[in-house]
Amino acid sequence: MDITLRVNGATREGSPEARKTLADFLRDDLDLTGTHLGCEHGVCGACTVILDGRAVRSCLMLAVQAAGHEVTTIEGLASDGGLGPLQQAMWDSHSFQCGFCTPGFVMQATAFLSDHPDAGEQQIREALSGNICRCTGYQSIIEGVLLAAERNRER
Amino acid sequence: MKLPPVEYEAPTTVAEAIDLLAEQLDEASVLAGGQSLIPLLALRLARPEVLIDINGLDELSGISATDDWVAIGAMTREYVAEESGVVADAVPLLAAALPLIGHEAIRSRGTIGGSLAHADPAAELPAVARALDAEFVVRGPSGERVIPAAQWFEGYLTTARSPDELLTEVRFPAAGRGTGVSFAEVARRHGDFAIVGLAVSLVLSGEVISDARLAFAGVSDVPVRATAAEDLLVGERPSAELFDEAARRATEDLDPPADLHGSSDYRKTVAAAIVRRGLRAAAANARKRQ
Repeated sequence: MDITLRVNGATREGSPEARKTLADFLRDDLDLTGTHLGCEHGVCGACTVILDGRAVRSCLMLAVQAAGHEVTTIEGLASDGGLGPLQQAMWDSHSFQCGFCTPGFVMQATAFLSDHPDAGEQQIREALSGNICRCTGYQSIIEGVLLAAERNRER
Repeated sequence: MKLPPVEYEAPTTVAEAIDLLAEQLDEASVLAGGQSLIPLLALRLARPEVLIDINGLDELSGISATDDWVAIGAMTREYVAEESGVVADAVPLLAAALPLIGHEAIRSRGTIGGSLAHADPAAELPAVARALDAEFVVRGPSGERVIPAAQWFEGYLTTARSPDELLTEVRFPAAGRGTGVSFAEVARRHGDFAIVGLAVSLVLSGEVISDARLAFAGVSDVPVRATAAEDLLVGERPSAELFDEAARRATEDLDPPADLHGSSDYRKTVAAAIVRRGLRAAAANARKRQ
């Protein structure tokens, strides 16, 4: 099926099979391999992207369903080739180890902070509870997101 | 796992969707938010030949209210209902349950009708619909019919919807004065399926309980009303002793399933605990809303 959608601000086209998930389409057809696939059935959160301003799991959506919509992936967050503010805060807080789950956490936290700029630790923990990390023990991830929220408020 | 090959149809009107369903019958699955169906495909637990994607049916999205009912279009996203002032005011039990469904990213796509048509007995919305005696509006080749919640849930992932019918709307009765609600659940992590969940709605008239509705999630193949406890509560004044007895009556006939999250006995113990907890919370909430 021929589809046209917006990805990270650019118009992209493709012809995915109906069964192809948005995650596989982003990775295989558009070469945007920053979106990671962990469980492939909506449990781990690694494939989280932003669709029309809201965090969604790109493994639980068909690529053909994204036709006409606006998708932001981890590749869309960098500003001027550098890290975005949340990415920088997570870097500063050592919010990752192997890094596999990181894009999902970053996209989920990006969507959450844009809706809840004043969120505290408990809300951030709840918002990220659908993302699984097997290395960090989560503390440093929470610290990174809290730091980003703090820096956003100061600006 | 990757999804198996499947045909795909994206109708743009309800009439077109029903025609497609009538043609395909048991070979088709209706794709709403996809948050349950896509995992079933990935895990090969469902093998439809064709997906009928109803995300293009704008007429199925929206929330409207009369004095007595709140009608929610089947394709209304869970986050939309969660943010709705109408739902918060008129169906507070639904508003209490919505934030407990999955995780934020799941509620971005998941729909009210999708969850209720999927009919997972451990999910929150079926328990809410059963507690409140919601009504299900389905449309098929021979027209529309309305199915009460007591008949909607027929078994595990099975509803009274015929294969050629589409769930178009769910109607929830509007809560009156003195209605207090609570959705109590025990889950391993925030957002996980509840090991046991309980939807509670109490009406306090003065100091006396005039209506009591309790429905469990996760204790059977369908959501289960605790009628023995409801009968006990009506006409009584809230007290710790009353709620203890309600917990005993609500759970004495339960035979919950066992799985790796908990044995049957454990679920029964949790069920009794959340009856007490849910009733306390609902009674406190009712006093505020008198």
